This record gives sequence, C-alpha cells and structure tokens, in this order.
Amino acid sequence: MKQNTLSYKIKQYLMFAGPGTILFFCVVIVPFIYGVYLTFTSWDGVSAKKPWVGLANYAAAFADKDYWAALGRTAIYSIFAVVLINILAFFLAYLVTSGVKGQNFFRSGFFVPNLIGGIVLGYVWKFVFNRAFVALASAIAGGTAPSLLSTPNGAMCALIIVSVWQYAGYMMLIYVAGFMSVSEDVKEASSIDGCTASQTMWNVTVPLMRASFVQCLFLSITRCFVVYDVNLSLTKGEPFGSSVMAAMHVYNQAFTYKNYGLGQAEALILFVVCAVVGVTQVMIGKKGEVEA
Amino acid sequence: MTENEKAARQKKISHAIMWIVLLVLFICFIAPFLLVVINVFKTKADITSNPLALIGAHGFTMKNFPEAMKKMNFWTVFGNSMIITVSSTILTIAVSSMTAFVIVRNQKWKFCTFIFSLMIASMVIPFQVLMVPLVSVYGGTLGVLNHRLTLILMHVGFSVSMAMFMFHGAIRTNIPLELEEAATIDGCSRWQTYWKIVFPLLKPTVATVAIINAMAYWNDYLLPSLVLTKKELYTIPIATQAFYGTYSTDIGLVMAALLLAMLPILILYVFLQRYIVQGVTAGAVKG
Repeated sequence: MKQNTLSYKIKQYLMFAGPGTILFFCVVIVPFIYGVYLTFTSWDGVSAKKPWVGLANYAAAFADKDYWAALGRTAIYSIFAVVLINILAFFLAYLVTSGVKGQNFFRSGFFVPNLIGGIVLGYVWKFVFNRAFVALASAIAGGTAPSLLSTPNGAMCALIIVSVWQYAGYMMLIYVAGFMSVSEDVKEASSIDGCTASQTMWNVTVPLMRASFVQCLFLSITRCFVVYDVNLSLTKGEPFGSSVMAAMHVYNQAFTYKNYGLGQAEALILFVVCAVVGVTQVMIGKKGEVEA
Repeated sequence: MTENEKAARQKKISHAIMWIVLLVLFICFIAPFLLVVINVFKTKADITSNPLALIGAHGFTMKNFPEAMKKMNFWTVFGNSMIITVSSTILTIAVSSMTAFVIVRNQKWKFCTFIFSLMIASMVIPFQVLMVPLVSVYGGTLGVLNHRLTLILMHVGFSVSMAMFMFHGAIRTNIPLELEEAATIDGCSRWQTYWKIVFPLLKPTVATVAIINAMAYWNDYLLPSLVLTKKELYTIPIATQAFYGTYSTDIGLVMAALLLAMLPILILYVFLQRYIVQGVTAGAVKG
C-alpha cells in the first residue's frame, strides 16, 4: 500500500517530527559542530573574521593555569558535594519511608529548595552567611566574627553546604522510589531467616536499590561539575578568584575576556571530563546490579 | 504477649526519635527561607543591627515591598517569565510528543533510529559547550537575540530530546497499535488519530514533562541572560541578579526582592505539591 512508500514516510515524518527535529538541530547539533570549529579560530566575538589558528587554543587551554586550578577546584567541590548529597538524601529517604507521622509533609518540605532557581538560592544563602551566621557567631563568641564567605576555604565550604542543601531533597525522592521498589516480602523473608533490621537494610534493601544509587550519583556528579548559578550569586568567584568553578571560568574566558576560541576549547575539555566521569560511574554501577 | 508489647514500645520510641530528627532537619532546611521572611518586614537599620530578631527595634514595616516591586519592575518581569514558561512548556509537549510518535511507529526505519540515538546521545552535552556558538550564530550572524520567541524556541530545542525520550517510553508501552488501526478504519487521518486518540492517552506523561520543564524554564538563568539583554525583556532570575547588583547594600529591599522572586512558585507548590513531587519522581526515575 501507499503507506510503505518512502515519500509517504518522509511526509509523515516531517508533519509530526519536523518541528522537533529542526529545533533540535538548530540549537544542539549545529552549535555543537560549529563550536568545535570555533576552537580552531581566534575569534574575538566582534569582528566578522575568524582567523584559523589550528591547535593553538588547545595548547593555550592546556597551559592556562587558572583553568586547571578551576577544574581541580570543581573536582574537589564535586567529590565533597556528591558524597554529602547522597548520604543526606539516603538518610532523609530512610526517615520519610519509615512510617512516622507526617512523612508526606516532610517529604514535600525537603523538596522545597529544588523549586527555586540557583540565582535566588545563592543570594538567600549569601544573606544567611554574611548576616545571620555572623550575628549568631558574634553573639556566642563576642566581638565581630568574620563571614565564612570571606576566606577561600570558607567560600568553598559555603558552596558545598548550599549545593548539598539544594539537591538533597531531589535525590531523596529518587531514593524514596528505590525504597518503595523493594518489596516487603523480601524484607520479611530476610527477617524470618534471622536478619536484624540493620542487616536487612545493608544486605537486602541497599543492594536491591543499586539502580537508585547509580542514578543519583550520575545526576549529582553531572550537575556539580557544571555548577554555575549558585557559584555566581553566592561567591561570584570571590575572594580573590579562589572559588571560580570550571563553568564560571569558561564563561569569563569567553564573554568577559572575549577569548571565544579559547573559552570554547576549555568548554569542550570540561565536557569530555564530565562525560568520561559520568559514563565510567554508570558502567561501574550497572555492572553489579542485582535483581530480586 | 510481653515480647510483643516490648517490641511495640521499642518501635514507638524509635519512631519518636526519628520524628524529632526529621523535625530538626526540616527546620534546618527551611531556616534560610524563614530568615528572609522575618527580615522582609524590618527596616534596613534593624536588619543590620540584628538579623535574627523576630521584630526589629523600629517595628513592623511593609515599605520594602512596594519599593522593591517598583525597582525590580516586578509585574513586567513576572509577565515575561509567565509568557516564556507557559509557551515553551506547551510547545515542548506538542513538538516532542509528536516526534516520539513518529519514531515509535517507524522503528524499522534506520533514519528514525539514527535521530533517536542522536537525541539520546546529545543529552550528555552540558550547556557550557553550546553557549558560545549559540551567541555567535544567533547573536552575530542572524541577529535574533532580544526576542522572547528566540528564547522560547531555544528552550524547546534543548528539551526536545529528554521529553521525546519520556513520550517514547509512554507510547511504546501504553498505546496499542490496534487502537490506531481501528481509528484509521473509522476514517481518521494520521493527524486526527494522533490528536484525538493517542495524545489524550498520554496525560500522565504530559503532566510529568510539563512539571519538569516548566520548573526548569522558570528558574533558568544562564540561557535567558545570554538571549535577553534588554531590561524590559528580563525574566525573574535575571531581574533578581540585576537588582542585587544595583541595590545589594539596601538589604531590606533585597529581602523583599528575593521573597517576591520565590513567592509565585511557592504558592503554586502549596496547591500542586502532590503532582509536583510525583512528576519530578517519575521524570527522574525514567530519565
């Protein structure tokens, strides 16, 4: 019938998937390819000419000490944030599925930080760190205490605290879904076999929730690696550029210093690092998945 | 019997402890918001002298709100955010569900498999990789920045792959082919079949996609800040950032601006929290 001809298929495709495919190509595929081309030029963002410079941008990116410092900082920040986010989220999920009163209320409450954008959250916390904590510390210790945001290590700690607070509620929801997916039968069977509550937890429930762990780790790693909004509003890279994360460095390199080619090359390196870490984690995680 | 009673008592105690731990954590979680709410009704001098006091020495004031609203251009900004979020969300749902429909129903066609894989693979690309070329092409070459429509279409383009993936799963598992065949026999065109038979059956996925994307669009900062640089086009996150840059010393106004930026979505959450929590969970677990 006519339904199997190629022209019919193409017509159908264009009618239904045409707009989606075109938009997808316009904002993702074309810019991605064009972006790779830009890394071989020394474009300044204004002139019509984009002089070809070969691999010079990559050489400059590898020699850019600030970039590698930012990337290293991002790695440290991500390790702390990811670990703490997942520990807190798992603990919260355990508490809100244990059957205590008002657990649905708590569940919705812990999710609230996710509703609000990073920019606004950053400013809220800036107020908390600069004013409320300072007032609290001064009242306890006497005199005027310095703000956490005024020292390099303090600013990093502040970023980690805010990220943990921001994402824990979201990851909690995934862990809650994981807890719910482990059937009561299995847990009951293990307790009949003589497991204590904590043995059941670590030897039965947690291994069965492996998929939730893989997913939460993937989501939190990929989000932490490209953190920008909170970084911008909470610390703005201060003090003395000691809290500039990789994404902010890329933004500044391209849009503030107008080194578009170099900025783009650094963005691509960030993408490769992020993709390698994310994919490796998922592969390792999937390997040992068990089923009940 | 005594064993049972003992166990029941132990359970009660452990529940009470867990409840207290939850309450403490909950207070920690909402404390930053509470601080903003407390301070928004104080004068600048009172906030500076004691940000922890419930009521300032100069008493209760409502003055921060009208001034912040005026300086932030709140209603314009709110309107921009609304227009952009609502139209991007509707377009995303229409465009990506249709794309998913064609891809599911042409699984043997290599071209569709290719587009599907391309979209899935593209989901790992962070926005940072695309922002420079985007500004270069749409700002430099085509000169279409500073239009709401540009931002809306870009939002849709970025969300198509993820939304398509979710609709793909829903159509493949929930919509039997026989249903469509029956509609065709009854004289429906493909277009009618899709919108009258298939799409209404996708409601749960539509809700999930709508919630996830609407929240992302509403809160997005980086892309809008690159596309919309004119003051009258600002969305709430950009306006908050600009406001803070100008009035950061006037802390009372900042408090009011921050609260105004958070209020719309918090009010929505009070009414729709069940759906939002469900939608986000469904989206996270599938994606």
